[in-house]
Amino acid sequence: MAERILMKGNEAIAEAAIRAGCRHYFGYPITPQTEIAAYMAKKMPKIGGVFLQAESEIASINMVYGAAAAGMRVMTSSSSPGISLKAEGLSYIAGSDVPALVVNVQRGGPGLGGIQPSQSDYFQATKGGGHGDYRMIVLAPASVQEMASLTIKGFDLADKYLMTSMILADGTIGQMMEPITFEDAEIKTYDKPWALTGTECKRPHNVVNSLYLKPDELEKKNFERYEKYEQIEKNEAMWEDYMMDDAEICVVAFGIASRVAKNAVMTARSEGIKVGLIRPITLWPFPKAAFEAVSDRVRAYVSVELNMGQMIEDVRLATKCSAPVTLCNRTGGMIPSPDEILDSIRNAQKGVL
Amino acid sequence: MKTTQILFAGFGGQGILFSGKFLAYKGLIEELQVSWLPSYGPEMRGGTANCNVILSDTPVGSPIITTPDVLVAMNLPSLQKYVGTVAPGGQIYVDSSLINAKVERDDVQVFYIPATQMAKDEGIVSLANMIIVGHLLENHSELSFDGVNEVVEKLVPPKKAVLKELNIKALTLGKCYGK
Repeated sequence: MAERILMKGNEAIAEAAIRAGCRHYFGYPITPQTEIAAYMAKKMPKIGGVFLQAESEIASINMVYGAAAAGMRVMTSSSSPGISLKAEGLSYIAGSDVPALVVNVQRGGPGLGGIQPSQSDYFQATKGGGHGDYRMIVLAPASVQEMASLTIKGFDLADKYLMTSMILADGTIGQMMEPITFEDAEIKTYDKPWALTGTECKRPHNVVNSLYLKPDELEKKNFERYEKYEQIEKNEAMWEDYMMDDAEICVVAFGIASRVAKNAVMTARSEGIKVGLIRPITLWPFPKAAFEAVSDRVRAYVSVELNMGQMIEDVRLATKCSAPVTLCNRTGGMIPSPDEILDSIRNAQKGVL
Repeated sequence: MKTTQILFAGFGGQGILFSGKFLAYKGLIEELQVSWLPSYGPEMRGGTANCNVILSDTPVGSPIITTPDVLVAMNLPSLQKYVGTVAPGGQIYVDSSLINAKVERDDVQVFYIPATQMAKDEGIVSLANMIIVGHLLENHSELSFDGVNEVVEKLVPPKKAVLKELNIKALTLGKCYGK
């Protein structure tokens, strides 16, 4: 078995990206994700890769756009306010159908907000952020090990579907250290005949562009893109069921919130409450099947989030309002204690008796 | 299930994060489940710093400690802030050369170690933290002093080899304190 090593979540992302074949990193420092850039700065020059600290977030996302158009495995990382700055580029990348990996190690917002952990960019990540009809694949790691494995997965999905994969983490998972192993992950590579690699006068020019001035052409492109999104919704949803076998109360939480929620679920179980946890690993596509599978049995849902209630809307959609959904939340960089979640579980239990 | 939750707290610069890292690496070597979570806010720039370490034989749930089994307090504000959170039956380690106050709880075990003074006397001023870690390893039933050499070996970079011996010295001072 591979050796267990201790690593920060942010470092795990960077190491995994390199192992996945990423040789181009463009970024701009911001707490709490700067370790990603620091790791890349140290490693990339030694392996023939490119680390470049751009003059701004906007510059860095456009460098990502360029390298992606040239067929490279490329990434950038930032934290909440920095991702807002990158939003224009994310929309252009979506409109050009090129693959990229973008990491958001979230901090409290809106505005400059704070630097403590948050999940308040859920809407931005899953519903848009940039302009236009588009989606990103959004992956939500809940451990340092998943920071690595989902980074590798994210590059793979980006190449497979020619779009952006976003790692939506938070300050806690970014900063914490846990043991991690780098098994020899299978790294898939994809032919990129569309890439701008120079024609050498042997083939017609490739064009990467998001401008379509004829509305019928733009509409056709958008329809095609949404057919692709439909396939992704069908095939790529990921989640973890925790103590869901006989659960009548279902906690829904992702990332760091799911870690705290597990403690609360365990305590509630010891009090005889039949409670479990659904942890979405892909936030888009939202794992609707997880909810369909338990809708006959679950009598109440508790959405635990580090925001004012964003994922709860997707929980209501996925459950088709078959049972009440309540919110247990903290925001601004605060994290609920297991006891606060336990209280919400108890209240949900009382409500359905 | 055995889980030990340890909270280190003090000023930035006292080696709070390193102390936590030391225990985390020790847990790693002993094949335990481990989490290490530092504070990374503005308090790191001169104010209070703290570090949450969880060692367990089962997977760690939340890495955030709300009720520590062990508190290591290296300044008064940290002791005052966290003394009430320690689990009944838990332990508190106090650097008594920096903290004059006594812990007014009778449901916890308290160890007063003049670590900063001891470190000064031995000419290892920056290693008061490791004196306390040595005392903690010796006095906590779930932890052990055995194997510290291996951890020091792993954590101290080759360029600073001279620090290896000094770390062992500090750990041993802590182990033997009061005996």
